[in-house]
Amino acid sequence: MTIASLIATPSELTDAASNKTAIVLMTRIRLARNLAGKPFPGWATPAQRAKIAETCSAAVAATVPLKRNLSVSVSELGELEKQILVERHLISRELSGSKQGSAVIISKDQTVSVMVNEEDHLRIQVLRAGFQLKKSWNIINDLDTSLEASLDFAFSPTLGYLTACPTNLGTGMRASAMMHLPALVIASQMEKVVRAVNQLGMVVRGLFGEGSDASGSIFQISNQTTLGESEEAILKRLTSVLQSIIEHELNAREKLLEADAGKLFDKIGRAFGILQNSHLLNSSEAMNLLSLIRLGIDLGAFPDANRSTIDRLFIEAQPGHLQHAQKGEFDPGQRDLLRAAHLRSEFANFVHPDFSPINCEKN
Amino acid sequence: MANPLKCDLCDKPATVHLTQIVSSKVHKVDLCEACAQAKGVTDPSGFSLSDLLLKASLNPEPSGGALRCESCGYTQLDFKKHGRFGCAACYDTFKGMLDPMLDGMHKGITHSGKVPQTALARKFLHEKLTKLELDLTDAIKSERFEEAARTRDEISQVKQAANQPPPR
Repeated sequence: MTIASLIATPSELTDAASNKTAIVLMTRIRLARNLAGKPFPGWATPAQRAKIAETCSAAVAATVPLKRNLSVSVSELGELEKQILVERHLISRELSGSKQGSAVIISKDQTVSVMVNEEDHLRIQVLRAGFQLKKSWNIINDLDTSLEASLDFAFSPTLGYLTACPTNLGTGMRASAMMHLPALVIASQMEKVVRAVNQLGMVVRGLFGEGSDASGSIFQISNQTTLGESEEAILKRLTSVLQSIIEHELNAREKLLEADAGKLFDKIGRAFGILQNSHLLNSSEAMNLLSLIRLGIDLGAFPDANRSTIDRLFIEAQPGHLQHAQKGEFDPGQRDLLRAAHLRSEFANFVHPDFSPINCEKN
Repeated sequence: MANPLKCDLCDKPATVHLTQIVSSKVHKVDLCEACAQAKGVTDPSGFSLSDLLLKASLNPEPSGGALRCESCGYTQLDFKKHGRFGCAACYDTFKGMLDPMLDGMHKGITHSGKVPQTALARKFLHEKLTKLELDLTDAIKSERFEEAARTRDEISQVKQAANQPPPR
């Protein structure tokens, strides 16, 4: 498989949307694992890194979920290809900037990816559309167990899986959900939510992880701590936090409709107009407009079937995907032109919003 | 201004003061403008305290830069600089400084999650086999043949239990 064919293949993230994915766009779990008796990637010599990569890649490619895969070393990838993989959440920014001897193995359906020699020897990741923490855990747990058959992991009975950074110690597990929370953003309640979530030992980040912004009202919520609790306990806690965020978002939507439905419809209608007619859109503005259309779909102003289109456009509006589609590298100004053109053509045939069903329900 | 707070990451005066509650423990971090910017502290949505806390908690130990991991050569200074360890054995080497850090960083200090059963069982058998083989050579050398025969039988039993040749 090549990167080009990977991008052309339908993926979990771009083609799965149903009403199950209304607020939680995607669930992700990753496990950090290291080989026993080998220095961690950041401290290993180039020769050691190469040997580690060879051992890990062979073991990973032999597992069932990764039978059909794309396996590449990072040094073989072009800048644009790396960016596309980051935008699809298949590799981290850290891996894309890493030295010789780093690699990634991605399953054909793009639900499983294993990074080799990122911060740890292995970063195993399972990614599913919608709110699927339990299912994701079952998949990644099985994969981890089957890797154990051929790899000896660095493990201590008291500290658990040993990781390069002590913040990942223990389970080595980071579970996260990507959530679309437009009403909480419009109602300026996100700060309150972030604070409350922090107090419960969870972290809120932007779409692309640490330091990224939250354009498109998309947030990642994940567990902060990894030691002292079982995986199941962490997932249970995360699940209840996510459920309560969903509830708050739904309440905020109802309140917005009650307080001033006209204002909300105006926002959505204008977003639609801009997407149909604009000629310059930077990625942050595009994300925010698409977010409003997605909210419109959730409210019933557009057919449900269009949700997957928006989720696909969330990704296609990113700089890497945009440039790949246009087969070239463009500066940000040119990208804004191309992005607007792409969205104009997508929205030319989009169904017009119909807000009447929402009003009927309310009256 | 007798004793202005210093930045936890560099030594400039701190102007950004941050308090976060993680699992009902209060964490405080003081930063200068530049470090706060660099760490994204000013963006409330994209920032986690754990990395900062990790580095900050390493600072007040000017005396103990001498520890060095025998297995990989990593020093305490390296850890202070990167906030990462060099290898799994570093967790033993730097145990003294790690333990107080873990307490604030995690929900508990003892692992209670998944255990790599297959790998641990394999390791156990491998170690047992190595020991038995040593015993066997020893017994043959000192002509304790009865014992050697017993050990040989035991070895084949263990090998059968492992159901595969011991790893590397």
